[in-house]
Amino acid sequence: MGTWHEYFKAEGTPPEWPYPIKFGEESEYETDVVVLGGGIAGCWAAISAARSGAKVAMFEKGDVRRSGAGGPGCDHWCNVPGNPLSRVEPDDWAIQEMNSLGDFSNGIGIQIQCREDYDTLLEMEQMGGKIRDDKDEFVGVEGRDPETKLMFSPRYSVDGSLAPAEGWGKPGFNPPEKRNNTVIRIWGSTFKPILKRECKKLGVNIIERTMATRILNENGRQGARVVGATGINARTGEFIIVKAKAAIIATSGSGFVYYFDSEHGGISTMYSRNQTGDGTVMAWKAGAKLTMMECSGASRFSGGLRHKWYTGGGDASYENVPLVDANNKRLPAPIQGWEDGGAMFSPQARIIAQIREGVKHGEYKLPFYGDFAAMKPEEAHATWDLMLNEESTTKVMVKTMTEGGFDKYSDQIMNYTLIEMQPSQQYRDAGSGGGIMTDWDLMTNVEGLFAAGMSTYSPGDHSYAAATGRYAGRKAAAYAKRVEQGEISREEIDREKKRVLAPTKRCGGIEWKELNVGVNRVMQYFASEFKNEEMLNLALEEIARIEENAVPQLFALDPHKLMRSLECLSIIEYAKIALNAMKERRLSSPKLRIERQDYPDADPEELKNYLALHLENDEIVFERIPIRFWGNMKEQYEAHNQDYTGVYKG
Amino acid sequence: MADKVFALPNVQTPSVPVKINPDKCIGCNTCVETCQIDVFIPNPKKGAPPIILHAEECWYCGCCATDCPTPGAMEFNWPLPLKPRWRNKETGVVSQLK
Repeated sequence: MGTWHEYFKAEGTPPEWPYPIKFGEESEYETDVVVLGGGIAGCWAAISAARSGAKVAMFEKGDVRRSGAGGPGCDHWCNVPGNPLSRVEPDDWAIQEMNSLGDFSNGIGIQIQCREDYDTLLEMEQMGGKIRDDKDEFVGVEGRDPETKLMFSPRYSVDGSLAPAEGWGKPGFNPPEKRNNTVIRIWGSTFKPILKRECKKLGVNIIERTMATRILNENGRQGARVVGATGINARTGEFIIVKAKAAIIATSGSGFVYYFDSEHGGISTMYSRNQTGDGTVMAWKAGAKLTMMECSGASRFSGGLRHKWYTGGGDASYENVPLVDANNKRLPAPIQGWEDGGAMFSPQARIIAQIREGVKHGEYKLPFYGDFAAMKPEEAHATWDLMLNEESTTKVMVKTMTEGGFDKYSDQIMNYTLIEMQPSQQYRDAGSGGGIMTDWDLMTNVEGLFAAGMSTYSPGDHSYAAATGRYAGRKAAAYAKRVEQGEISREEIDREKKRVLAPTKRCGGIEWKELNVGVNRVMQYFASEFKNEEMLNLALEEIARIEENAVPQLFALDPHKLMRSLECLSIIEYAKIALNAMKERRLSSPKLRIERQDYPDADPEELKNYLALHLENDEIVFERIPIRFWGNMKEQYEAHNQDYTGVYKG
Repeated sequence: MADKVFALPNVQTPSVPVKINPDKCIGCNTCVETCQIDVFIPNPKKGAPPIILHAEECWYCGCCATDCPTPGAMEFNWPLPLKPRWRNKETGVVSQLK
């Protein structure tokens, strides 16, 4: 019971659309700060802007209570060197993190995260989020501090230990008294409903089930200061206009540019269909600078009907779980545990090759298993009932498997690491690490336009989204206090409204799913692992043909399908930006995850620069910006935050 | 009406991300509001279970099932190709979620 077909069969008629249809109608709001996206970064931005005295509105495609990649939960609060048990200084750790990510990291975001992440976590606790083992459920688990009851994760307990550090697995490696203590295990499934509650308490105007579609520039002039944003309600089709002095882009990075399974909408481990890069595209159209858009990498996460990372699609060793073969023989893979300082299996092509050779020559017998039964019982309990029970989409895995008879103390989860974890080169993450450039206020080159979380280039994780969202919120509020509301252009709004509603004028032609997979194929064929000028031109020509022939046929039967259709238009725009950036980067570089057949080497001078691009009068302008343009991170952070008052005092 | 055969398009794959028990579901629509991608719509009949409309957009986050306030009303349903498998280390018996 419950499916559409069952309803139809029983009633003899399809259900009528359950929400009032308002195509063509408008609502208008006025605020100081408008936040685009109500995920982790967006909620923190809204809360912090409101606490700084600003009037705030926030667009969100879903319901803020569980929306975004972090809506279901989160198990690690990373890069929190400001905590009382950390053995590293926040400013030193920021430099170490920046260096470990290489030249094309985001020093501004990392510095903000390292300086303010612990304050952000304490504010989460203030609001009611669970960050400590206060009920003593995990006494005896390694990394648990008996006084603060904080639970540290093995991740990054050794500097730069994403890859196995020397000596891992040997006695005396990573002793407790030398660990960095920079990652805290948390009860993240409690967080998102609390963030929504706080937004409501603070009077944030939450505009839910609404996709933001455009940033409004003053007088409709690209690159001019921000004066508002528009959106479309995905249940009613109503067009929303928000006048605002500042806007914060807090949307996700891009999904679905290279791959989309029309019979399974989500990228099942980490992203729902809602994450389609709309924010990056909106910033682009408003004239903001983007960078690292030439990068792309083979995706490690599953799309379509493949196992989730944790149910066997990935390393199944999150965290401390050894991987074994069918004969219970340990595989030579790190386990993100205490024994290897939190090193991860997934980035290690060398280790995967070694295991494959072992399989070929009979050293390892398939299938493989994540060996919970081999763990100390208290560690199995922590990994299963804390980490997996709180991580993004795994609470339901723990629930269903436990109810189905899985026993964390005696069983082993089957693992498909040599099948599903092996990335296919054509299934790529577009703009891998690419996104919006900002200054030390997290403001873009467009005055009044801020960015946080995944929408920034070289972004981080959940706590990065939280810390940068919180930071952007207070900076945007301060900016909004200094300026007057600018003029919006009715002509620009009418143009946008026409664009947004066009698919509703037709009831046949090309549906959103076909358009999505059509764009994917272009990217897979012509902008995959190896690229050259001719291929990239072919891709751009094909995209132009899609825009000319297919887009005018795009049809949407209801407001939900309209939102999906508009997401496809974002995906097309995102693909064009990426292809143009790839063309402009005439080099091959593992650092930038780009390989050009026609430019197999890299000019060392070129590798000292970010490639930035933005629109002026709808023409692309390229620019080289020196790496580490942010200057001395400690000094710059302090110069820009003399008024920072730490944890919220009410 | 139940015996009548209609000409219908194919059913999406997978089609049943959750199973709803109509005897227990109180039609509170918490799941309708919780789902970030609108897999469900409310039933036109007040108090009746929601309708699964966009089944194939489900990303298996499980929030609808874990946040459902009525015990036994909603059961998460892994699609066939995603059902987890495990082995008992001592007996070697391999099980799969039903």
